[in-house]
Amino acid sequence: MLVLKDIKFDAYNEGKKVEIIKGISLTLEPGKLYVITGPNGGGKSTLAKIIMGIEKSTSGEIWFEDQNITDASITERAKLGIGYAFQQPPRFKGIKVRQLLNLSAGHKVDCRNCKNSLVEVGLCTQDYINRDVDTSLSGGELKRIEIATLLNRTLKLALFDEPEAGIDLWSFTKLTETFSKMHEKKEGTIVIISHQERILELADEIIMVSEGLVQRQGPKDEILPTILMGPNCYCDFTKGGKPGYDCVR
Amino acid sequence: MTVLDEHLLETVAELHGVPEGAYNIRKDGQSVGRKSTANIEIVTKQDKPGIDIIIKPGTKNESVHIPVILTEEGFKDMVYNDFYIGEDADVLIVAGCGISNCGPQDSQHDGIHTFHIGKNAHVRYVEKHYGEGDGTGQKILNPLTNINLEEGARAEMEMVQIRGVNSTIRTTNATIGPKAHLVLEERMMTHGNQLAETRMDAEIVGADGSVQVISRSVARDQSKQIFYPRVIGKNRCKAHVQCDAIIMDHAQVRSIPEIDAQHSDAELVHEAAIGKIAGEQIIKLMTLGLTELEAEEAILQGFLK
Repeated sequence: MLVLKDIKFDAYNEGKKVEIIKGISLTLEPGKLYVITGPNGGGKSTLAKIIMGIEKSTSGEIWFEDQNITDASITERAKLGIGYAFQQPPRFKGIKVRQLLNLSAGHKVDCRNCKNSLVEVGLCTQDYINRDVDTSLSGGELKRIEIATLLNRTLKLALFDEPEAGIDLWSFTKLTETFSKMHEKKEGTIVIISHQERILELADEIIMVSEGLVQRQGPKDEILPTILMGPNCYCDFTKGGKPGYDCVR
Repeated sequence: MTVLDEHLLETVAELHGVPEGAYNIRKDGQSVGRKSTANIEIVTKQDKPGIDIIIKPGTKNESVHIPVILTEEGFKDMVYNDFYIGEDADVLIVAGCGISNCGPQDSQHDGIHTFHIGKNAHVRYVEKHYGEGDGTGQKILNPLTNINLEEGARAEMEMVQIRGVNSTIRTTNATIGPKAHLVLEERMMTHGNQLAETRMDAEIVGADGSVQVISRSVARDQSKQIFYPRVIGKNRCKAHVQCDAIIMDHAQVRSIPEIDAQHSDAELVHEAAIGKIAGEQIIKLMTLGLTELEAEEAILQGFLK
């Protein structure tokens, strides 16, 4: 359903070229839950932004349901059914939670689902529906509302960029349940960028991205044990490494 | 009442037909409809153009609508409206001015509103200004608002300039008594070559008085805005001034807030920010399926609402 063909992305820092993504090819199947993990700065968020169209890849192709969307705009991709929950969602002065949820559902009027989506992320509808999406919300509240804007939509591909960041423990449990439920419905493909073991546990497949490349990809049971050896590195025995040496970050 | 009159009244005062409660509708310098109620009396001034609105002490949950419309090209109107709000009253006052000018001559309305708000009374005041018509004549509105809040009185003043006003100088002077609270909220959008200047002077004279100034504006095209809010704390008091502006195209926005503490227990704060719409906000709304233009409109609408 989503195919990435040799995606590369270069950024420029003080005129110097930095290769953020060095050539990633991936195929994501419908109805599966993928967790992308790996060290900070490895290119995970950039990859998600390239899929959403927020960043434009330097080279490579993106195919979505047999359609080449490499040059499609953010809006076009959203209309095709791709959604992206920001790691650091923006705040809006004057826009209320209700309006943001209505916009996400594509309705001008209230949708029943909007209210349910707040409950799904552990927020009491009455307390939040008329709040402004501005600095009066805490980071965790904002993050949960951001996730609700995706739950509201019928998506073929939902991308969540570190959804657990800034979320308290109780809500985190609720959040993992929500992802499980979404996955059970098999309504679309879910991609979650995360470092959390409990989110990794939800995955059908884990994709390990580091230094701009997919280091490993495979079923959860195969990949997870190798990751759990260390927080930010694992030893790739397939390459003949020894524990404590040849740490792949 | 013509279709144009009805359209202007709906835009500035959200009126669909005759309002409930007391009202006075002024069109091209003449009163075209008026109603007093048992508690709210509207009387024509004898010495100058305008009306006195007298609200009896203890009046609760009643409203007064006093919209003004100008449809005659080149008409210049100046009006004095005085509001006497009795102790413990709780009322809504809806004013506003709509100008339609399709000709080459300027139309102008200068409304001078004076509020005498009695002890422990509460007033919510909504004023909307709007201009339309594609003639070369300017649509000019220069409102002057004087507010005097007695002990424990509260007023929320919402002043909105929707669009189409070529030139405006908006002046507000307020005196805040003990334990009185004033909210001055201004929302403005300018476009084309429009000019807008706002001057606000709020003087807190009573102990434990407080003022909140909230200004949100959008400046588009080549329009220019100047904002001068000033709060003077002469007693133990609190004040917060917040000015936010979104600047677009080739517009100019100047924001010059002043806080003047003349008492060691005066706590005065001001914040002012001018900037374009954050790119992240537009991108977020685009990821929900809005086009860039739709996203921009949704952000501006929310900001000014």
